[in-house]
Amino acid sequence: MNATVAQLTARSLFGRRRILLLLALPAVPLLLSLIVRMATGPDEQIARTLMQTLTLGTVLPLFALIAGSGAIGPEIDDGSIVYLLAKPIRRSEIMWSKLAVASASVVVLAAVPTFVTGLILAGTADRLALGYAVGVAVGGVTYCALFLMLSVLTRNAVVVGLVYALLWESMVGGFVSGAQALSVQQWALAVTEWIVGARAQALGVEAGVPLGAAVPLLLVVAIGSTWFAGQRLRSIRVTNEE
Amino acid sequence: MTTTTSGGTSDRGVIHDIGYRHYTGPRLGRRHIVTALYADSLRGAYGLGRSAKSKIIPMGLFVLMAVPAAILVLVTAVSKVTEIPGGYTSYTFKLQALIPVFLAAQAPVVVARDLRFRVMSLYLSRPLRRDDYVLAKYAAFATAVFALLVTPLLILFAGALLLKLPFGEQISGFLPALAGDILFALVLAAIALMIASVTPRRGFGVAAIVTVLTVMTTVGLSAEAIAAEHGSWTLAGHLGMISPFSVVQGVQTWLFGADNPAPAGPQGTAGGLIYTAVTAAVLAGCYGFLLLRYRKVSVS
Repeated sequence: MNATVAQLTARSLFGRRRILLLLALPAVPLLLSLIVRMATGPDEQIARTLMQTLTLGTVLPLFALIAGSGAIGPEIDDGSIVYLLAKPIRRSEIMWSKLAVASASVVVLAAVPTFVTGLILAGTADRLALGYAVGVAVGGVTYCALFLMLSVLTRNAVVVGLVYALLWESMVGGFVSGAQALSVQQWALAVTEWIVGARAQALGVEAGVPLGAAVPLLLVVAIGSTWFAGQRLRSIRVTNEE
Repeated sequence: MTTTTSGGTSDRGVIHDIGYRHYTGPRLGRRHIVTALYADSLRGAYGLGRSAKSKIIPMGLFVLMAVPAAILVLVTAVSKVTEIPGGYTSYTFKLQALIPVFLAAQAPVVVARDLRFRVMSLYLSRPLRRDDYVLAKYAAFATAVFALLVTPLLILFAGALLLKLPFGEQISGFLPALAGDILFALVLAAIALMIASVTPRRGFGVAAIVTVLTVMTTVGLSAEAIAAEHGSWTLAGHLGMISPFSVVQGVQTWLFGADNPAPAGPQGTAGGLIYTAVTAAVLAGCYGFLLLRYRKVSVS
């Protein structure tokens, strides 16, 4: 961890118009939950559907995509990364600092609003709010690490990340159950299922992978992709846009 | 360096000769510039005339859109049923997750480079006007999106004709879908280009377009479904209009009698009129925004 790198990353992530997207995304489920609450009152089933499909399935991957690729992508794009790389800081340390900032933004701007969404719709019943908030936090950190690595590997990180997040996880994962084993969303859901506990099955919180597999997978992907990104950053080529 | 005022077509000075290489042939004028810009932008949207790397994403998405159609035709041929499974109109709707990816990836390609590398001044030093530039870019991108949407339909239709399925049924399914795809292309291209024209940074443009489209689609569909569950169909119909896909789908249903996979869709004649009005307003709003945006682009 390097405080200066983290500070610079935070400034580029929250300083420009990017912050508008980062604020707008988690606000959507929050507003929707308020409307539903006023229209129909508290409802655990709607709470689960909303947090499952909207928050975990759509908002979180997009949020992590913007935060993760935004933490390093623009610097590589305009070539200003060379000024950072020229400093005597370990390349892996740069990646860890950037991951820390992106992860912090996921926890503060995505997991906390998810908790509030859950409270609005379901109260503290069955720890549904807490379960999804923690699921969003751990899934979000893993997504951020994954998209940070993609940004180091390719110029088209946002598009590749999108294809993974929207197509692989929601379309392929919906039809082919084997694909669920390779989905960050399912791993995060396993954590949620564990926190919700006994009533999880009845509420429909069902992950495609067991918790014992999900936690190691989350850790391996988050740590592994950050490590690999650090390795690739040691020999990165800064070229102009074609 | 000579500055001439071409007779009648433009009231401003036009730089023809920048002193590099002299040209004495005919000067083709504004219309030809617009057509050339259109053709070049359309090719650029699919990475034609650019590096192999920039072809991967648009061409890959193009193939991904078309392959299921070919499979459907094969399935129809093998199973000897008398209709295309799923029909024409729902094809675009079923694969709608792919469309925002194409819009997000390629809309910045069409407009962001010219802004980022500040080459607008070069375009505008010719008899091309700012509005012509917007028209050419918008037409090119709408055509690119239309090509993406219509190719699978053409495959389905050609397959159906080759399998000698009843022609009347096929054409009455194909034409509404074709009309709907023209509308889809016009509306989606306008929204995507509007967002892309605001930012010269490609990565941010991609993220912004996909966020706006995905969030609006998801919110629209969820709100519509929740309202429909409570039996308030009129409200559900209105809420569906949050999603750009549902708006166009609604117009397609109302005007051309296509099937509507949305939970509610436009309710009655009033609903259909509102959907049509919203579609027209979105189109006019986005195009107007583009015109205003390019009036402000500095040429220096």
